[in-house]
Amino acid sequence: MNKSVYDSPDQVSEIKRHILTVLVDNEPGVLARVIGMFSGRGYNIDSLNVAEVSNDENISRITIVTHGTSEVVSQIEKQLLRIVPVHSVTNLDQEGSSVEAEVALVYIYISDTNKKKVYQLCDLYRARKIENENNTTIFEIAGASERVNRFIKEINEITKVEIVRSGPVAISSIQKNEEE
Amino acid sequence: MNNEITGAEIVLKSLAEQGVEVVFGYPGGAVLPIYDTLFKQNSIKHVLVRQEGGAIHAAEGYARSTGKTGVVLVTSGPGATNVVTGLTDAMMDSVPIVCITGQVPQHLIGSDAFQECDTTGITRPCTKHNYLVKDVNKLSSVFHEAFTIAQNGRPGPVLIDIPKDVQFASGTYEEKNKIVIPSHRLFEPSPDFEKNKIDEAVDLISKAKKPIFYIGGGCINSGPQASKLVREFINIVGSPVTMTLMGLGVVASSDKNSLGMLGMHGMYEANMAMHQCDVMINIGARFDDRVTGRLDAFSPNSKKIHIDIDESNINKTINVDVPIIGDVKQVVEKMISVWKEKKYKINTDSLNLWWDKINKWKEIDCLNYNSEGKQIKPQYAVQRLYELTKNTKTFITTEVGQHQMWAAQFYKFDEPNRWLTSGGLGTMGYGFPAAIGAQVGHPDALVVDIAGDASILMNIQEMSTAVQYRLPVKIFILNNEYMGMVRQWQELLHGGRYSESYTDSLPDFVKLAESYKAVGLRAKTTDELDDVITQMIETKNTVIADIWVTKEENCFPMIQSGSAHNEMMLSKDQKQDKKSAEKGKILV
Repeated sequence: MNKSVYDSPDQVSEIKRHILTVLVDNEPGVLARVIGMFSGRGYNIDSLNVAEVSNDENISRITIVTHGTSEVVSQIEKQLLRIVPVHSVTNLDQEGSSVEAEVALVYIYISDTNKKKVYQLCDLYRARKIENENNTTIFEIAGASERVNRFIKEINEITKVEIVRSGPVAISSIQKNEEE
Repeated sequence: MNNEITGAEIVLKSLAEQGVEVVFGYPGGAVLPIYDTLFKQNSIKHVLVRQEGGAIHAAEGYARSTGKTGVVLVTSGPGATNVVTGLTDAMMDSVPIVCITGQVPQHLIGSDAFQECDTTGITRPCTKHNYLVKDVNKLSSVFHEAFTIAQNGRPGPVLIDIPKDVQFASGTYEEKNKIVIPSHRLFEPSPDFEKNKIDEAVDLISKAKKPIFYIGGGCINSGPQASKLVREFINIVGSPVTMTLMGLGVVASSDKNSLGMLGMHGMYEANMAMHQCDVMINIGARFDDRVTGRLDAFSPNSKKIHIDIDESNINKTINVDVPIIGDVKQVVEKMISVWKEKKYKINTDSLNLWWDKINKWKEIDCLNYNSEGKQIKPQYAVQRLYELTKNTKTFITTEVGQHQMWAAQFYKFDEPNRWLTSGGLGTMGYGFPAAIGAQVGHPDALVVDIAGDASILMNIQEMSTAVQYRLPVKIFILNNEYMGMVRQWQELLHGGRYSESYTDSLPDFVKLAESYKAVGLRAKTTDELDDVITQMIETKNTVIADIWVTKEENCFPMIQSGSAHNEMMLSKDQKQDKKSAEKGKILV
């Protein structure tokens, strides 16, 4: 059950991670509306990703990773739909089959002693070195969050790193009627 | 470009095309161009309030008593922040409002300019939608969309923030019918209208042995026709019905099926019936915490049908068995036709048994109070007000507190849209400006604000407005010198320590009225009460009637926070057990 002044009566279902895809009109304030709903009603955002996806129609796709019971997440979906510029809300976990990926950029503090290990690990994870003017060691890794997590854990055991992650984006992998 | 007009003119033209007759507002630097345009026209009337907070409550009162959209016009900065309470109030109680705010010119936005604030940022969570209009050519389409959004689906407040340079700039006006609003921006009922859910619901009702209808403010928002249909359906079924604070008037309180209001200060029989029913039909209510009491003991053995236009209300706090998303009028109309089509008939034997049980609960006479003595009991004052006004077209508004609950319990409403009160937000200071708005919408009707001595002082400055526009609003103060509801909770839950709930140095309300060139009346004993009420009604002027009531009266019956529907307190003597009182203390 959801929040109320009073304790929840029913048993609470399991807390799970959910990926929500929200299509919105790309207008000023729309992101603030979406995240304001989360903070105002006390829901969690684990990660958030926004980008315009169609040039002609001015629509942005927001990918939100959240966690909660199915009741809470269903309430989140309904509250999102109340926001005027929101076109649609899709819970990709509910749909069952979706593909997700994220990108991480990793600045690696490298020395003669760890160099070999670092390159081996990056090779194993197919992390790609990004050339840059300062010639520092920056790797890019893309893929499911799980994989990025493992990579980061292992590289951390070797050396000091600085990491930036995009948070996952996801798309349904269910067969669609290809009309367009 | 001879078709171009200024942004300010577009504002007025949009309002006129939307059928707006009156705007409640207060001028200031950032809206001067709009006020200048207002000055040059005659079709839209402006009511000048004395504080912006009064403007928005007046617009709410106007909207809820007329069914039209209330319009507010205020300046930037403090003008905008002063309407935040009213916007939140309208959001909670689903009142259609369009609020226009001025903004500093665009080149100054972000510079901490004089009277600048982030209006759209501040009001985002307390409006259904808001706009900062940067392009004068978009102004008319924004207005037309704003009015549609305010009224569409579950109504609510919409704010339009207009920088001063946009008000001066020239642009083209687009007519209402030229604007296409994309469907995702509006509520649209599903095309097949959940036909199978309606069938399922009607079938469930027909098999009920102990049904109860639980009616909320959504029935009022759906229009007068919705109330008629709800009444018709309840009559066909023969079921008891209870109403929320917001739903009073949907079914006449004189109706044989009506059990009156339910909830924290609702009727004993209504709450008991909710607790023991086997089928609950919620029409346009949202299982508010003032209604449900403790959730784990809320109507434990019933199947629940929930009709609501806002899907987010479904399973929000209470899980229901048959949810129907839609407008009350359309859904109930379909339900009636299914009922008739399938020739359903409820089992009269079990229904009669149910009514027997309810009639037993009625015998408790939960509103009973000790009426001895010459001192006026607040309940008695409301009863007399009802008796002396019931044959007149009367609108009742209230502030928030004990007097509000006594008004809900003792004033009998036979029609929708006659009762205006702040339910969701519980805004003290709502009632008087709301009464001004209702009187503007209904110049010939009797409009009474049943107030408390504390609440009325929160917007007392509007006396000046009422007198200026010759609005014969009546303020009926149940004066006990306390913030009565705060005092009551302190008595019941905080060991009688009346921390800051006594108002010392109250004004002399009679002289206060006179200083505004209104009429002040006072009743100190039961002997004077009827005369004062009669005189108040007959006075063709703004009146403050200061009714001195017993000071420490409590509002009963009461479900204390943390208790269930079947654990009502009927009087002070019936103390709640200590443990649940302690548990309830942390709740609101």
